[in-house]
Amino acid sequence: MLRYLFYLLIVKPLVLVVLGINARGREYLPKQGPAIIVANHNSHLDALALMSLFPQHLIANVHPVAAADYFCKSRWLKWLAINVVGIIPIDRNSQASSREVLAPIFEALDRNAILIFFPEGTRGEPESLGKMKNGIASIIAERPHVPVVPVFFYGLGKALPKGEVILVPFFIDAFIGQPLRWPDNRQEFMTKLKSAMADLQAKANRLNHDD
Amino acid sequence: MNWDIFPESVCIALLAMAGLLLTASLVSMALVKLKPEHDYRELRLRIKTWWWIAAVFALAVLFNRAVSVWVFGFISFLAFKEYLSLIPTRRADHRVLLWAYLAIPVQYFWVWLGWYGLFIIFIPVYMLLILPMRMVLIGETQGFLRAAGTIHWGLMITVFSLSHMAYLLVLPAADNPAGGSAGVLIYLVFLTEINDVSQYIWGKTFGKRKIIPKVSPGKTIAGFWGGVLTTAGLAVWLAPYLTPLTLFEAAGAGCLIGVAGFIGDVTISALKRDLGVKDSGSILPGHGGILDRLDSLTYTAPLLFHYVYYLHY
Repeated sequence: MLRYLFYLLIVKPLVLVVLGINARGREYLPKQGPAIIVANHNSHLDALALMSLFPQHLIANVHPVAAADYFCKSRWLKWLAINVVGIIPIDRNSQASSREVLAPIFEALDRNAILIFFPEGTRGEPESLGKMKNGIASIIAERPHVPVVPVFFYGLGKALPKGEVILVPFFIDAFIGQPLRWPDNRQEFMTKLKSAMADLQAKANRLNHDD
Repeated sequence: MNWDIFPESVCIALLAMAGLLLTASLVSMALVKLKPEHDYRELRLRIKTWWWIAAVFALAVLFNRAVSVWVFGFISFLAFKEYLSLIPTRRADHRVLLWAYLAIPVQYFWVWLGWYGLFIIFIPVYMLLILPMRMVLIGETQGFLRAAGTIHWGLMITVFSLSHMAYLLVLPAADNPAGGSAGVLIYLVFLTEINDVSQYIWGKTFGKRKIIPKVSPGKTIAGFWGGVLTTAGLAVWLAPYLTPLTLFEAAGAGCLIGVAGFIGDVTISALKRDLGVKDSGSILPGHGGILDRLDSLTYTAPLLFHYVYYLHY
């Protein structure tokens, strides 16, 4: 309930009215879980902006996957991140086996959740795409039936750049690509994912002429 | 709602606009039926969006001063946001842009108060002086002139110019017995939009010689003159019902809207061409961005305002 109201009364007005999203390829967004969304990470708003693209009745089922060492630093932030924002915390620096670290993700996918991933790991340079980590491939290898939808955001790094606390309104462009299927091979999967993201980024740059 | 203070002519004008849109909707629906081989989706979308624009405009005009100021303020906000999202901005100016945004509520607050003196100098003078000062405090000099110029130009076009529409509603209704407080605004917006449409239709029908090919290759001399004359004719016809203008003054107002509307249109076209985009955005399906629709009004609103203000208020 808290999450429902948080997105309805705070996040959606903020993202859709104060900022404004111009989404292309909205029809490729999954209408039900399990599914994984992969996006570039420029700002804390990325996850909230992505959540706003989903209709209100699906929100309870959509969860951003986020770094436990960042969001679970304090008790309050942790409570807020998990119960209100709805993140699934992952321990980036754990010594445990990857299967153990990723267990909450598999559990969520088995509950038919829609998960949001930022494979760059950390907020990168504005409007660009850093090197993607391979963790995502390990997840899909275990759940090959789960579709992966690539999304490229442009403009959020301008609205709330890393290190700024004040939000300045800008229209955001979201480019959503066709869902990817598991090709039976991690390396091939990462190549497909990278080229899909690069295509979306090229579309964004063509629109914004800064390449 | 303050229906009682609306002259009959204003109600008729709003109903006539609804009638025009209804005709357009019916014609487009008939076209879809009669010529199934053509794709009329773009046209249908365009007309549907026109209905939304008309609804927002009616909302802005029909209630009270507070609603009008909020609606026009929000339109300025969308236009300024679209402008800033299009142009290159410096990372260093993040907080300067926030100050520029804050000029919007302040400017519309002067409108709400009806404080003409501050309304007319706040952005052209005070914001012109304040924004560069804020930039100097940050201290980034690389690209300073371009940033100062582009931010202020955007504020002038999207906030200062467009806020004249709201100020028309604040002018004393007693000075306009025919049209009341809303008459001149309806006159301005209706003629500006009709001018856009008729320049397009005259150009498509008779246009040959291009008027300004480097900026807007679709615009022709025939379209320009056809549009100006159509607008002037309508301006003379409508003036006695909506404005305090005499027939002679109304002919001048019509020519002013015809010419200024054209200039506003090609000025925003030049901006888009410079930035290499076709549309300024995509908030209005079938039209493009909000600046694509408001382009002519950025010129006609302040110019018609001062024309009428000088002559009758």
